[in-house]
Amino acid sequence: MDFSQQIAQYIVTGLTIGAIYAIVAMGFNIIHNATGIVNFAQCEFISLGGMFMYSLVVLFKVNLIISFFISMAGVALIGALIEIGPIRHARSKEIIVLIFLTIGLSEVLRGTAQEVWGTDNVGVPAFSGENPIHLLGGATIVPQHIWIFAITVLVMLMLHYFFKKTLMGKAMRATAVNRRAAALVGISVNRITLFSFAFSGALGAVAGIIIAPISTTSYDTGIMLGLKGFAAAILGGYGNFAGAILGGVILGLLESLGAGLVSSQYKDAIAFFILLLVLFLKPTGIMGYGEAERV
Amino acid sequence: MLKIDGISSHYGGVQALDDISLALEEGEILALIGGNGAGKTTLLNLISGIIRPSQGKIVFKGENIVSFSPERIVKLGIIQVPEGRHLFGPLTVRENLELGAYRRRGKQNKKKISEDFKYILQLFPVLEKRLNQRAETLSGGEQQMLAIGRGLMGKPVLLLLDEPSLGLAPLVVQEIISVIERLRKEGTTILLVEQNARAALRISDRAYVLKTGKIQLQGKASDLLEDGEVKRAYLGQDS
Ligand SMILES: Nc1ncnc2c1ncn2[C@@H]1O[C@H](COP(=O)(O)OP(=O)(O)O)[C@@H](O)[C@H]1O
Ligand SMILES: [Mg+2]
Repeated sequence: MDFSQQIAQYIVTGLTIGAIYAIVAMGFNIIHNATGIVNFAQCEFISLGGMFMYSLVVLFKVNLIISFFISMAGVALIGALIEIGPIRHARSKEIIVLIFLTIGLSEVLRGTAQEVWGTDNVGVPAFSGENPIHLLGGATIVPQHIWIFAITVLVMLMLHYFFKKTLMGKAMRATAVNRRAAALVGISVNRITLFSFAFSGALGAVAGIIIAPISTTSYDTGIMLGLKGFAAAILGGYGNFAGAILGGVILGLLESLGAGLVSSQYKDAIAFFILLLVLFLKPTGIMGYGEAERV
Repeated sequence: MLKIDGISSHYGGVQALDDISLALEEGEILALIGGNGAGKTTLLNLISGIIRPSQGKIVFKGENIVSFSPERIVKLGIIQVPEGRHLFGPLTVRENLELGAYRRRGKQNKKKISEDFKYILQLFPVLEKRLNQRAETLSGGEQQMLAIGRGLMGKPVLLLLDEPSLGLAPLVVQEIISVIERLRKEGTTILLVEQNARAALRISDRAYVLKTGKIQLQGKASDLLEDGEVKRAYLGQDS
């Protein structure tokens, strides 16, 4: 492989992982915009998506497509339960308290997952075979990469449609901008919050499901992916949807190129280095905060 | 239509309203005037369910709504246009208006909602050119019109207007006043909160004067306009 082929390969890999980060970042943003909090249980949504998929496909031999949707729905339900239970009934509504609560919930979910599935990394079959496809630049790509791109693009298009065209999506944006005004037009802020947790659960699950065939999955794969998705969200501008995509892609590319060209030892450090850099230099991220202006 | 009965309200340890009672008849404009900090906004927020009273009842069409959630109160048709407008700034003018009709969402109302949409653009023609602009880019007067338009999209049975003329140029105030009069003619019951007492009293049927959380005076708006105390405290010397 010559140098340009290598670069092309890093770019393909970087875009793939960047797509995953973008989806995860979206999950963070949706809950942030509805509630103002950072939901660290987002990490567990990713792990659970992967592990549900593994259980259904590998252990119970359920059809792939059906497994995909059941896993997604299952994690969405867990997201909803988190909101209905602990988040909604927390005595204190202080943002910082709720964030800590999500960290606690994250621990509980991860502990439970460990009890259920153990600590092994397990594989999930690729959606459509493993035969590499050769691309123009000399890079090769396995079909799962294409699935990841396609599903990510589809998810982004659906999110765009949802937030720009449907009344529910507009109501979610309105709630993010001004909760009191949202209540005054009859939007149930509780319902929006519940919905945002379910929604983020589904998004986290999708990320965990589509990456599992490439990187394997375990009870705690979501931690690293989740934190990097969080970094991507910060990089793009927390709460900003276009920023999530941009942040995810940039982070994925830098990580992949950095690992390839500098040293793979620093792969994980790159994301957090960038995170710190952004927080230092431009805390609002590349695109600025989202529409949310808390009042 | 609306009866407020012995309402008191506190922020922490500070009392904002002290045993307020008032009644609003169907089809009238009732003005609530009073200086800054008198408790006018507090009273509207109590009616809207944004805050809870420490005691008292709020009865709307025979039902005590004092423990209802804001969205349930909006569903009843009690719609507040808040002080300071509280628009959805980054959303477009059109989206703000659409969200105003949120309580009527669903297929069966689609046609009526689009008729109301046209009606509001007819009330406030300046909004028509701005439909696809972000609400936060509008001028102050346009924002107030949008805020009222958004309220009207909810098809109010009872409209609560909190200082709609605050900070606006006289010409815009005039336009908003005439819209309020028109709404009354069309049968909307209105509770109009104003510091701009003269304009409010001119278009109202009755009025209450609120001072530091207590009702100080009440009566026919035309009588209050001639009342010496009201003249001195709220109407200024010059006019
Ligand atoms: N959120 C709040 N927290 C604490 N005190 C408040 C709050 N809102 C209003 N107040 C106090 O309650 C009193 C009434 O305020 P408000 O209802 O806003 O009066 P108005 O609308 O007549 O100007 C004032 O003394 C004000 O300082
Ligand atoms: Mg006020």
